[in-house]
Amino acid sequence: MKAKHQRLILALAALAALIGAGLLAASALKDEAAYFYAPADVKAKGVEPGKAIRLGGMVVKGSLRRAADGVTIHFDVTDGKARVPAIFSGIAPDLFREGSGVVAEGAFDTKGTFVATNLLAKHDERYMPRELEGMQYDEKTHQMKAGQ
Amino acid sequence: MIAEAGLAALWLAAALALLQLVLVVFGLAGRKEELLGAVRPVAVSQGLLTLLAFLSLILLFLRSDMSVMLVVTNSHSMKPWLYKFAGTWGNHEGSMLLWVTVMGAAGSAVALFERALGRSTHMATLGAQAAISLGFYAFLLFSSNPFARIDPPAADGQGLNPLLQDPGLAFHPPTLYLGYVGLSVAFSFALGALLTRQVDAAFARAMRPWVLAAWVMLTLGITAGSYWAYYELGWGGWWFWDPVENASLMPWLAATALLHSVTVLATRDALRAWTVMLAVIAFSMSMVGTFLVRSGILTSVHAFAVDPERGTFILALLAIYIGGAFALFGWRIGAVREGAPFELVSRETMLVVNNLLLSVILGLVLIGTLYPLLTEAFGHKVSVGAPYFDRMAGPIALVLMIAMAAGPLTRWRRDRFRAVAGRLLIPAAVALVTLALVVALAWGRIGVLPLAGLVIAVAVAVGSVAPLWKRNLRRTPLFTWGMVIAHLGCAVSLGGMASDSAFTVEKLAAARPGDTIETAGWALRFTRIMPIAGDNWTALQADMTASRDGGGAVELHPQSRFFASPPTTTTEAALLTRWNGQLYVVLGQETGDGRWQVRVWWKPFVTFIWLGGIMIALGGALALVGRERRGWLMKWRARAAA
Repeated sequence: MKAKHQRLILALAALAALIGAGLLAASALKDEAAYFYAPADVKAKGVEPGKAIRLGGMVVKGSLRRAADGVTIHFDVTDGKARVPAIFSGIAPDLFREGSGVVAEGAFDTKGTFVATNLLAKHDERYMPRELEGMQYDEKTHQMKAGQ
Repeated sequence: MIAEAGLAALWLAAALALLQLVLVVFGLAGRKEELLGAVRPVAVSQGLLTLLAFLSLILLFLRSDMSVMLVVTNSHSMKPWLYKFAGTWGNHEGSMLLWVTVMGAAGSAVALFERALGRSTHMATLGAQAAISLGFYAFLLFSSNPFARIDPPAADGQGLNPLLQDPGLAFHPPTLYLGYVGLSVAFSFALGALLTRQVDAAFARAMRPWVLAAWVMLTLGITAGSYWAYYELGWGGWWFWDPVENASLMPWLAATALLHSVTVLATRDALRAWTVMLAVIAFSMSMVGTFLVRSGILTSVHAFAVDPERGTFILALLAIYIGGAFALFGWRIGAVREGAPFELVSRETMLVVNNLLLSVILGLVLIGTLYPLLTEAFGHKVSVGAPYFDRMAGPIALVLMIAMAAGPLTRWRRDRFRAVAGRLLIPAAVALVTLALVVALAWGRIGVLPLAGLVIAVAVAVGSVAPLWKRNLRRTPLFTWGMVIAHLGCAVSLGGMASDSAFTVEKLAAARPGDTIETAGWALRFTRIMPIAGDNWTALQADMTASRDGGGAVELHPQSRFFASPPTTTTEAALLTRWNGQLYVVLGQETGDGRWQVRVWWKPFVTFIWLGGIMIALGGALALVGRERRGWLMKWRARAAA
C-alpha cells in the first residue's frame, strides 16, 4: 500500500512537471521563436518594432555605407520585390558584401530600420544560410531571383 | 590498394556483426553453448576490423591519395600533417567511419572486459550491440562510402574548411564520439537485461562503469567543443544553442540522469524500469543528434552535409532502433519486479528529483531544437535561439543545482526533513552573504538570472564539499571524492557562466596604428599591422600590447587569415588569460580611412566555465577508478596467489 502510494505521488509529480514544462515551452516558443522574413514579407505583413526576427535577402549594390565611427554600417536588404534599410554595429562576417546573401538577426526600430545584432553571411558554396538556398542576385537589374 | 583494403575490412566487419547477432539469437534461443562461445571472439575481431578500416582512411589522408574521392573533396596536399590526420573525421563519411569504429571498439571492450554481468545477459548485450552496429554499417556502406575512388585521380584536393583547421579538430570529435557512441553500450545493456529479465542491482553495478566512462568522454568532448567555438568563431560566446551543440547536450543530459539513477539501482535496488528507460533514451538522443547533424535538416553554423537521401536513411535507422527499443521495453517491463521502496525524504527521492529536472531540461531542449522543423512543415521559417533556451533551461538548471547540493547531504532510504535542512544551514548562510555582497556591489548592473546564478554557484560550491565535513579524508573512498569534485565542478562552471554574462565588458572601436583602446581597466595599444604567411594561409596580423592599471605590457596578435583552398577568411582571436578572466581581442576589417575595426572583451572568470567542465569529467573518472579498483585489486591478488 505504502509503496504504491509513494509510486503514485512520484508518477503524478513527474506528470505535472512534464506537462508544466510543455506548457511553458509552448508559451515561450510563441514569444521567442524568431520568424524568418524576406523584405517582401515585411512590407506585406508588417513586423512590430522590437520583435526578434531574422531578415534574409541580398545586400543591395551601392547601398553599403560606413558611419564615421568606423564600426557601424548601413545597408539595404532586398529580395527583388521590396527593400528594407538595415543597420549593424560590429565586425561583419568576412563574406558580407554588396550583392551577396545575408541573414540578419535583430529587430526593427520604430522608424522601420532593421537593427541587426548578428549577421550571417554565405560562407562558401557549402556553407550557405538555408533560407537563401537557390536565390541569386542579378548583376544587371540589381534584383534577386529565386533559383530552381 | 589501401582504400580497397579498408573497404574490405568494413564489409568483413559488417558480416561479422551479422554473424554475431545470429550466434546470439540461436545460441540463446536453443541454449547452444558452442554457439555462444564464439560470440566474444567475433565481437573482438569485428572491433579490430573497423579499426583497420579507420586506420586505412587515416593513411589515405596522410598520403594525400588524390584517387580517393573523400580525400579530394576534403583535403589538400599543402595542408599541415595534423590537419590531414584530423581532417579524416572532419567530413561526413569520415566521421561516420569514426562512429562505427568507436562502436566496434565499445563492443570489443564489452566482450573482453565485462565480467560482472550474468552470462546470458552478457551475450544478449553483445547481440544488441551487433544489431545496432549493423544499421550503421549499412548506412556507411550503402550511402556514405568513405573509400570511393575517382578516375582519373585529381591533381590536388579542395581543402578542408578553414574553420576546422585547428588543433581542436584532433581532440574534440573523437572525444565526443567516444561519449556519444559509448552510450550505445548502456543501450545494449538495457536491451540485453530486458531480454533476459535480469534488471537488478547486480545489473546496475555492471552497467555503471560503462555509463561513467562514456559520460566522462562526453563531458570532455562538450567542454572542448565549447572552448573551441569560443576562440575559433571570434564571437566571444561559449555556447550558441546551435542545433549541433544541442545534439551533444541532449545525450549528456540523459546520461547524467542515467548516471544517477543507475547509482540508485546499484545501491538500493530501486528505479528499475526508469533506469532501463533512461539507458534507452540516452543513446536514442545520440542517434537523434547524429540525424540532426548529418542530415543537414536544421540551419546551423555547423551545417554539414545537406543530403536528403542520407537524412532519410538515418531517420529510418532512428525509427527502427528507438521504436524497437521502446517496443521491447513495453513488452518486457511488466516482467521486471518492483524495486525496493523508499521514504519521501531520502537520497533516493533527491535523485528522482535530479532525474526529473534533467528530463524536463532535456525535453525543453529537444522541443526547442525540433520546433523549427515542425513549423517549416506548416510553411513558416523560424529559428529558436538563446532567448528561448536561456529563459526555459536557465531557471530549471538553477533549481537542479540546489537539489545537487542537498542530495549528497540526505541519507539513503529515510531521513528527517529538519535534519537535512540543518545540514543546509551553512550553504544557505553563505548564499545570503553572497547575495548581499553582489547586490551591494553590482545592483542595477546585473540581471536576475546571472545574480541567481552567482549566488547559487557559491552556495553549491560550499554545499558540495560538505559531504567531506568531519570525515577522515584519507579514508574517504575515491568515488566520494569523485562525486564531490564533479559537483564542485558544476558550481565552478555555473560561477563562470554567471560571471561572464553579468560582468563582461565589450568595446567596439575603429583604431589606427598608434592608437590606444581603453576598456575595463585595460589599455590596449595598437602598434602596427602587417602581413604574415603560414603553411597554407596568409594573414593580416595586428601587433598590440595590453597592460592593466599601468602594469607590465603583454603582446597580443589577433589575425585575419586568408585560406586559398577553399577560399575563405577566418578571424583568429587573440586571448590573454589571467587568473581572474580573459581579454579577448578580434581584428575586423579596414574601414576605408586607415582605421581597423577592433572588438575587445574583458570576460571576468570566463575560464571557470571550462575549468568546471574538466573538474566534472575528472570527478567522473575518479568515481570510475574508485569503483573499479577494488575489483582489480582482488583479481590481481587472486592471480598473484595462484
